[in-house]
This record gives sequence, structure tokens and C-alpha cells, in this order.
Amino acid sequence: MKEVIHTPVPDIEEEEYHINMGPQHPSTHGVLRLVVSLQGEIVKSLKPHCGYIHRGIEKMCEKDTYPQIIHLTDRMDYLSAHINNHAVCLLVENALQVEVPERVKYIRTIIDELTRIQSHQLWWACYGMDLGGLTCFFYGLRDREHILDIFEESFGSRLLHSYYTPGGLMQDIHPNFQKRVKEFIKYFQKKIKDYDRILTGNVIMTERTRGIGILSKEDAINYAVTGPSGRASGFSCDVRKHYPYSVYDKVEFREVLFTEGDTLHRYYARMEEMRESMKIIEQLIDNIPEGEYSAKMKAVLKLPAGEYYQRVETARGELGAYCISDGNKTPFRLKFRSPNFSNLGVLDKISREHKIADLVAIGASLDFVIPDIDR
Amino acid sequence: MGVTGKYFFSPGQIVTEQYPENRKTLKMAERFKGEVIMPHDENNQHRCTGCGICELNCPNGSIEIISTRIETPEGKKVRIIDKHIYHLSMCTFCGLCIKTCPSDSLAWGQEFEHAVFDRSKLTKVLNQPGSSIIKGIE
Ligand code: SF4
Ligand code: SF4
Repeated sequence: MKEVIHTPVPDIEEEEYHINMGPQHPSTHGVLRLVVSLQGEIVKSLKPHCGYIHRGIEKMCEKDTYPQIIHLTDRMDYLSAHINNHAVCLLVENALQVEVPERVKYIRTIIDELTRIQSHQLWWACYGMDLGGLTCFFYGLRDREHILDIFEESFGSRLLHSYYTPGGLMQDIHPNFQKRVKEFIKYFQKKIKDYDRILTGNVIMTERTRGIGILSKEDAINYAVTGPSGRASGFSCDVRKHYPYSVYDKVEFREVLFTEGDTLHRYYARMEEMRESMKIIEQLIDNIPEGEYSAKMKAVLKLPAGEYYQRVETARGELGAYCISDGNKTPFRLKFRSPNFSNLGVLDKISREHKIADLVAIGASLDFVIPDIDR
Repeated sequence: MGVTGKYFFSPGQIVTEQYPENRKTLKMAERFKGEVIMPHDENNQHRCTGCGICELNCPNGSIEIISTRIETPEGKKVRIIDKHIYHLSMCTFCGLCIKTCPSDSLAWGQEFEHAVFDRSKLTKVLNQPGSSIIKGIE
């Protein structure tokens, strides 16, 4: 007689199992590894594992002089390269109490906003793609190309510019700069309507993301989620408004705030930010004052011994640069408070009890740039 | 859908770059950062004094200056450049060497197709063989 062997069948409903999302998953937009604990299709918890693209930028900064540090900051959040440069430049200028020319402030503000637009364009393109609409990807990249062309003409490169230096700019803007930026604004005001028609008004997208990944205002503050992701939850954290630098105190713009805090409203927040950025550029582009493109700086910059902190608003939130100087030409310690790192912290909290497919949507709406997390 | 249809029926708005078919006509922006070069004039003369400031300012050691001291006919001891070695493979295109060179002897080149089979080809000597410094540059 044959003996019947009973092997215990695991109860699929009960059992939790882990899958690795990344480090080479297309929707993590880089080498982020998420260990997702699943029950069926439901995300029970999630652990991000960082460090796959850790290059030791903060340590490298300790051996570099202040002008040399600039090119490293480009490589943190490469989509906000100019704004990262801005943080270190402002830190050095404030520490040395250098007054940069008015022209530089105007140009920097315009370029920062252009950077924000191109970063959000790429985000829009990828967001659409992550949700299954490949068309968005092409339209987004097509329009981003216009800004990159302007960048290439003025600064010589498309992604990593190293254009700001402590005290000013590497070189003056290209004579065509103003004309081309104005052309771009006109062009993009038309195209952003296309964006709305393709994705914002798309009922599949809105229904798929409404009420998904809700981040409450308390959590946004507790986890220090800044940038459009935090503002979609009603956390007023725009550094440009609260601690204005360059000429942000002279321009009028609205801090985009929503209260819902779900994936859909993080989407709306970024779309609105693009419009606000265009408004800022329009106010400044015709009024760039004449003058020098750089203040007179010493050949070797030595910050007085002490501690310095400077924050700026990148396309993803608040970037802080904290520097301890011992009076030498290199910093004793330079720490970056990067927006993506804090924003990543909240991913576990807001994606619990959602489907794994929603995790992709939530991740896309938080808009990570992985080199900024690992530095 | 409507938007897709609009572009589908107006192929005039297609923006694809036909690279590499357009290599002959492709012109990069004038400030394009392709590589660091040292412009020479028609007499094979450059402006580099061999001072080493670019080497000092380069954040990642992409530049090595090998210079020798010679005595001029007037009896002055001067430094002349022997080799200005540029490691393209390490360069991060930050532009500090070009900005800080006191005699403006470096510039950006427009070449961007840097792929080679042997990485030793990426180490370049910027001053051409037999070149000398333009008179009057200290
Ligand atoms: S290239 Fe310029 S900075 Fe470098 S050694 Fe020559 S003169 Fe000096
Ligand atoms: S561009 Fe920057 S990294 Fe490249 S050689 Fe010059 S100083 Fe060095």
C-alpha cells in the first residue's frame, strides 16, 4: 500500500515573502534596491538599501578647495546640477561676506528655474512611462531638449555644467541666451497644455493614482519630506519663500500647496510648479542688469574658522550644505542634507497596504534621483 | 489620443537628430566642452609657460606638467614646458584649468567622439612636437 505523504502547503494568504525591486529595476530610475515584503500582492513593508552608487562625495570634498567642490555637487542630483552648485557658492559667498553683482543673482535665478523646469519635464516623462504611457516619455524629452540646447550654447554642456563659481559665474551668458529663453517659454506654454491633455486629464491616470500613497501633513513634517512632495501634503517648505536667496524676494510666485497628499496631488504640484517657474523667468528675463559676471575673488579662498549652513530649493526639495571650516583652503567637513534621502524615508510608510503596482506609481511621484541619496 | 493624432499627421514636427548620418554638417555649440586643447598658431607656437597652475587647480589630477629650466641667451633662467600631459579619461570637464590659466593657453575643443579601443590613447600631450612659446609671454 502506498503511503500518502502530506507536505504542509503554505497558506499563501498568510505567508509573507520578500522580493528585491532593483537595483536594476527600470522604475527605480537608478540603482536603488527596495526589499519589499509582500503578502500576495499587498506591500506589507519595504526596506530601501542604499549605497550602490556611493562615491564618497562628502569625503572627496574634504580634500578639494572650494572652487573644486562645485564640480562634485553637480554629480549628486544631476537633474538639479545648477541648483546644487548654487548651494555651495552661496555658502562660500556668505562665509566670506562677498557681495555678488546683481547681474549674477538674476542670471542664477533664471537658470535655477530653467533647471527646475527641465527636471520636472523629465519627471513628467518618466512618470507617464512608469504608469504605462510611453508617449509621455517622448514628448517630455522632446521639450526638455530645448532647455538643454540653451544650456549647451551658454555653458558648453547639457547635464553637468559646473557653471557657477564662488563669486559669480564661469563666463557670461551667451548673447542669444535671453532670446532663446523667451522663445522657449512661449513654446512651452503651448506644450504644457498638451501635457495636460495627455496625462492630467487622463481618466486612467487620475483614477489609478487618486488616494494612493497618502502622506499626511504631520508625516511630511516628521519625515522632513520637502519639495513638491511635501507641499502636496500641505507642508509649506519652499526655501525660496521662507529663506529667499538670490532674487527670489523680488519676484512674485505662488507656493503650490495642496492638502490631499496623494500620488495624484504630488503630480499636480509638480505641474503647477512648472507654470510658476515660467512666471518667475518671465519676470526676470528682460530685466537682467548690466554688469560684471563675477565678483573679484582671491585666488585661494579660505573660509574663516566656523560652521556654516546654506539651504536652497532644488527640484526635489531642500538641499542643505553644512560646512565646518578650520580656516584652511579645504573644508574640514562638508555635509549635504539631500532632499531625496529624506523623501526616501517615507516610502515605507506611505506604500504599506497598497498593491505592488502602486509602489511604482508612488515611487515615481516622489521623483527620486539615486545619486543624490547615496552621494 | 488627440495629441498623438495631431503629431501623427504633421510629420513636419519630427525632431529626431539623424546622428551619425549628419556628421558632416553637425556643428556643436561654440562653447561646447568636448576636450581640453592647447591652440597653436601657424608657426607651431603656443602660449603655455609651464607655470603649473592648471595642474594645481585640476580637482582630479588630469593634468601633468613636465617642464625644464633653461638659460636664455640673456642669462635669465626660465622654465619652459616639456610636456603638457592631459588625461582625458579622468577629466570631469569642470573648466577650472581653462579659467585659471594666467596666459590663456588652454581652450575647449569641440571633438566629442572620444571612444577608443585602447585607453592609453586617451592620454594626450597637448603641446605639439617641436612647438615653442609665443614670444613675449611671461
Ligand atoms: S596651460 Fe596655462 S596654467 Fe597650465 S602650465 Fe601652461 S600656462 Fe600654466
Ligand atoms: S577641465 Fe577640470 S578636470 Fe578637466 S583637466 Fe581641466 S581642471 Fe582638470
